[in-house]
Amino acid sequence: MPPAARNGDLNPAIEAQGLVRTFGDKRAVDGVELRVEAGEIYGFLGPNGAGKSTTVRMLCTLLKPTAGRAAVAGHDVEASPGDVRIRIGVALQDAALDERQTGREILDLQARLYGLSAADRAASIERAVDLADIGDAMDDRVKTYSGGMRRRLDLAAALIHGPEVLFLDEPTTGLDPVSRTQVWEEVRRLNRELGVTVFLTTQYLEEADALADRVAIIDGGRIVEEGRPTDLKRAVGADVIVVDLPPEAIAPAAAVAETVPEVDAVTQGRRGITIATADGAATVGSVAVALSAAGLHPRSLTVRTPSLDDVFLLATGYRMSTVDPTAEAGAGAGLGRAGAAAP
Amino acid sequence: MSVQSTAPVVAGGGMVRPVGFLTDIATVARRSVRSLLREPEAMAPALIIPTFFFIVNIGALESFVERNPGIDYRAFQIPVAIIFAVTGISRASVLVIDIQSGYLDRMLVTPVRRTTLLLGLMVADIVLAVALSLVVIAMGLVFGVRFGTGLLGILVFLALAVAWSLAFTGFPYTVALRTGNPAAVNSSFLIFFPFAFLTPAYLPRELMTGWMQNVAAWNPVTYLLEGMRSLLSQGWDGAALGKGAAAIGGLAVVTFVMAFRSLARRVATG
Repeated sequence: MPPAARNGDLNPAIEAQGLVRTFGDKRAVDGVELRVEAGEIYGFLGPNGAGKSTTVRMLCTLLKPTAGRAAVAGHDVEASPGDVRIRIGVALQDAALDERQTGREILDLQARLYGLSAADRAASIERAVDLADIGDAMDDRVKTYSGGMRRRLDLAAALIHGPEVLFLDEPTTGLDPVSRTQVWEEVRRLNRELGVTVFLTTQYLEEADALADRVAIIDGGRIVEEGRPTDLKRAVGADVIVVDLPPEAIAPAAAVAETVPEVDAVTQGRRGITIATADGAATVGSVAVALSAAGLHPRSLTVRTPSLDDVFLLATGYRMSTVDPTAEAGAGAGLGRAGAAAP
Repeated sequence: MSVQSTAPVVAGGGMVRPVGFLTDIATVARRSVRSLLREPEAMAPALIIPTFFFIVNIGALESFVERNPGIDYRAFQIPVAIIFAVTGISRASVLVIDIQSGYLDRMLVTPVRRTTLLLGLMVADIVLAVALSLVVIAMGLVFGVRFGTGLLGILVFLALAVAWSLAFTGFPYTVALRTGNPAAVNSSFLIFFPFAFLTPAYLPRELMTGWMQNVAAWNPVTYLLEGMRSLLSQGWDGAALGKGAAAIGGLAVVTFVMAFRSLARRVATG
């Protein structure tokens, strides 16, 4: 491999081929292929246990791949982990910080580990203090910080040495909606102003949709779908009709819906069926009539634009099981909920 | 958002520089010493226990033991008090919290040299061992204990105590790194008891029961105590000091091999 391009023009920021990691008999990551270009925000979307964190840990040199290879910022993670480490910033799940130190001390320690000179350290810490937006609390012990403050400090610590590639493992899990939006804003700004490549794992569809230039959907250790969020959603169809049904009616309803000419695809879920179609408003009537004629009575019929959850459903056969904290109460797994954003 | 990079990014904008081994140790040590200074209350048991035993042992046994000619029981007990103070202290409780919280992983994604993660903590252990030893030595001086070897003797005495303390930290660090479990780290304290009590802690070896004499002969603390005592009573005794130093060195080899192997296993990416 040629020496890494300084700004990643020649090499992708992240590249993985046939990446596998097993724990005992379990294949946590099962043949992941990745190519993330420099300057991209890449979303890695999947439910708990899909293999997101294991993939990130391999890319961050914390875990050795069982098979396959990966390179980050132009350097192989196994052959030259030291070269990878100085070029990446990492904010792992749950904002791991030492509670007995102050925010400033954590930033200082981080800067020293990367060998920043006293002058660079002072400048970097000042930038990080601005970025973390914690104000005077920077000199308080971390144990007094709120969840949002911890995440912002964690993010600032990950950026202290000006990394080329930033790994964010579920950066907003457990955050309130306001803190979440703040983290999103920050990620966008870092990417826009500094050109930092961002590899972001998330179990929130909205997060991937709002932030990522491209999204990979991972399920059971494999990437099942990849592309720009708009393209992925467009592939589902222009519209989605969600039919809420009693359990015994789901299979027969799916069979009936498939006979309707305007219907492109039908997927069965736990609470009903999802129909992809070019024109929801025009098709919903035909579907209702066909179901009624077959003696099936939906609890509700909803037309909406496709969401990433629909992409996920189409790729995996089930909806992501996480309950999104920003969703309306009772919206559950996303069934029947209006799409987050129109393409 | 653009897929194209708008500004070139260099690793650290050129800020990132190779870090020396000693600098890494200093960085890790800075944090661990700071955390030590923030919990002075953690020093309390390490001082109360030896003070308590020193006073109780003297009260109970001084006049009895001193019937044997040539024994100054206060001087005899000061090394015991130091061993009680410094044996088993370590920053292993901090390490285990770092493992559990994921802060260790945050350090591991930096270029920090892996061995310095342990060596830096040991710097704080040395600081604490020096502080505790000085307090106990001061207590001895207040109680009328005199060093036959003078100031240099006190320094050697201190060095032996600190070296012993450091050698012993290998046990709790090994437990912390192997288990990642705070409860296991706390119970690693138990190993202190056979080391501290199956020794001539109360009486010189020649006055001990036969089986206990045999057990004590195999305990490195026996030679440590005798080496330290020689500095108080006998003047410079190269053989006694050599045995004491060898006992520390022997234990250190065993515990450090265990601890650094456990560290290697903990940070292994496999």
